[in-house]
Amino acid sequence: MSKAVLTGEFFLSGGAACVEGAIAAGCRFYAGYPITPSSEIAERMSRRLPQVGGHYLQMEDEPGSLAAVLGASWGHCQVMTATSGPGFSLMQENLGLAVMTETPCVIVDVQRGGPSTGLPTLTSQADMMQAKWGSHGDYELIAYAPQSPQEMFDLTFKAFNMAEKFRTPVLVMSDKIVSQMVERVLIPAEKQIKRVERRRPDRAAQANGAEVLVPPMACAGEGFAIHVTGLTHDERGYPAINVETQQRLIGRLRGKILQNGAEIIEYEERDLEGARIVVVAYGSTARSALLACRLARQRGLEVGLLRLITVWPFPAERIKALRAEALIVPECNQGQMVREVERFATCPVRPVSQAGGELLAPESILKAIEEVAQIG
Amino acid sequence: MAETTMTRSGKGAIRLPSRPGAHPEDTLLRAERLPHIWCPGCGIGPALGAYVEALQESEVPLKQQVIVSGIGCTGRSAGYVNIDSFHTTHGRAIPFATGMKIANPDLKITVFSGDGDLFAIGGNHFIHAARRNIDLNVICINNFNYGMTGGQLGPTTPPEALTSTSPYGHEEESFNLPYLAACAGAVFVARWTSLHFLQLKRAIRHAMQKEGFTFIEVLSPCPPGFGGPNSLGEGLDQMRWYKEKATINPQANLETIGLELGDAKIVLGDFVDRERPSYLARQQLLAQRARGN
Ligand code: SF4
Repeated sequence: MSKAVLTGEFFLSGGAACVEGAIAAGCRFYAGYPITPSSEIAERMSRRLPQVGGHYLQMEDEPGSLAAVLGASWGHCQVMTATSGPGFSLMQENLGLAVMTETPCVIVDVQRGGPSTGLPTLTSQADMMQAKWGSHGDYELIAYAPQSPQEMFDLTFKAFNMAEKFRTPVLVMSDKIVSQMVERVLIPAEKQIKRVERRRPDRAAQANGAEVLVPPMACAGEGFAIHVTGLTHDERGYPAINVETQQRLIGRLRGKILQNGAEIIEYEERDLEGARIVVVAYGSTARSALLACRLARQRGLEVGLLRLITVWPFPAERIKALRAEALIVPECNQGQMVREVERFATCPVRPVSQAGGELLAPESILKAIEEVAQIG
Repeated sequence: MAETTMTRSGKGAIRLPSRPGAHPEDTLLRAERLPHIWCPGCGIGPALGAYVEALQESEVPLKQQVIVSGIGCTGRSAGYVNIDSFHTTHGRAIPFATGMKIANPDLKITVFSGDGDLFAIGGNHFIHAARRNIDLNVICINNFNYGMTGGQLGPTTPPEALTSTSPYGHEEESFNLPYLAACAGAVFVARWTSLHFLQLKRAIRHAMQKEGFTFIEVLSPCPPGFGGPNSLGEGLDQMRWYKEKATINPQANLETIGLELGDAKIVLGDFVDRERPSYLARQQLLAQRARGN
């Protein structure tokens, strides 16, 4: 049997690194439907999973793919699917079911330009709001924005741990560039890897009736006669269609993410100390932003970079605490996360947008920095 | 609680609680969730009863038995059975169950859902599950309409039938479900009505013993959604109608057993019973190849 953790140093595409991160984390079930530019992930999964005792299942469509993923999670497997915009749209239905039934799962969205069939296959970051608001109803989930093949490994790995820990869907909001570029990827040694598993039912703990934000998870076939429903339900899992139950359930489902923000939210800071201008960027665009900030600093401008690693839940407190004179938010879309930055910023915010299709050029960001610096 | 044991017609012991008012299926139903939501005269209850008795008689321990439903009146069935039970999204019970079965092949999974759920929004999943011969038992309660949403036409509504969205009669042909299932590859295909309790239970028991994808259609009265508008009367009248029109013919040519309003006979039976390599059997074989690499 081939190894689950391919310890070593490799040149891997982001998609390949994503697969290795998933398998290292314990992923043993993948269901999906081919769509460019995510198909490399499916192809490598179909080769790798059977080698480590896992299962690859190609479904007839994306609603079925995510449904199968959720069913397998309740069959006590660590599970994942990958897709791109059009498929991500079709998965919103069962994304809601995953939230409501607290089913651990990982969904990788390799973003391409939209709406509709859009730009097959040129890059974009235009699914960032869909990631948070795409399924109906009020909910919170976790979404990461990797900027490199190394992070496709690291954050996919982490996505599995967080999905298990918080019993939630976790999204890896990749894009065509990050997923298809090839870079050096370090895969750690087996003994350095820390896997988190879902909390198992413990009747004694349940009996003391303490309220928990993340309940333990009994799976099918374990003798608990569980009931799982997408309806509003009480602590036993039984439907209860009334205001109080809805309030309690939705409060807890949102609370388990929002109240654990300190553990979930990650970002990277560069030169924020004393920065008059801060660029807030994520994903592939953060690579351009890094170069733009370096060039601006060489020209004597006091610029810092805040790179969002977790995009949902949004790092509101960190944005509020920024003591800059202006924020610049470059994105490969028409201005999505910039709205969130504006909600919490204490200074003017300037978007740098494009319609998708190519990496946002460092020059565009540098130009914005220089313009903002002049106004200041 | 004191219990007495009674043997029923050589089918093995069933335990009857001595408490007055208790029901032999109390332990298999989530009694605390009753009363159920179904209308008087609805046929879902008897069909679920047949499933529950089949569970009781099955050699597979209850711990390994799972029921998965979609959305709709029949979709609520999962919520009343006291085993691992999943009430999923509309049309997605089959793919959900598919993932679960592959993740844990020890489970015996029954998808128990309605005609609209399984054959309109979920139709694509049905034909693909039958094609891949995934080891699932699908029981479809066919009441010829969308009951829960108020009696609209669906993929099984017969031509010319009246529903709340076909006020002048339905223009379309309906699916012939046993024929569809057989063509798509199911290894066991049956049709009964919720009146034919024993035959239905036997068919479910048999399906549970098969490897691969099985399908049982259960014709079922829906007085408010279909019986009323089409002058078929109340639940009991519809049961009587089934009794009069039913003919049992396991050898029937499936192409000819589509359902219509009017005088034609309703053909029932265990129509298909064949062997084909199941998904899991084939997967186990190929997995060895992968591990050898
Ligand atoms: S509407 Fe029809 S199918 Fe639904 S519960 Fe009533 S009788 Fe049964």
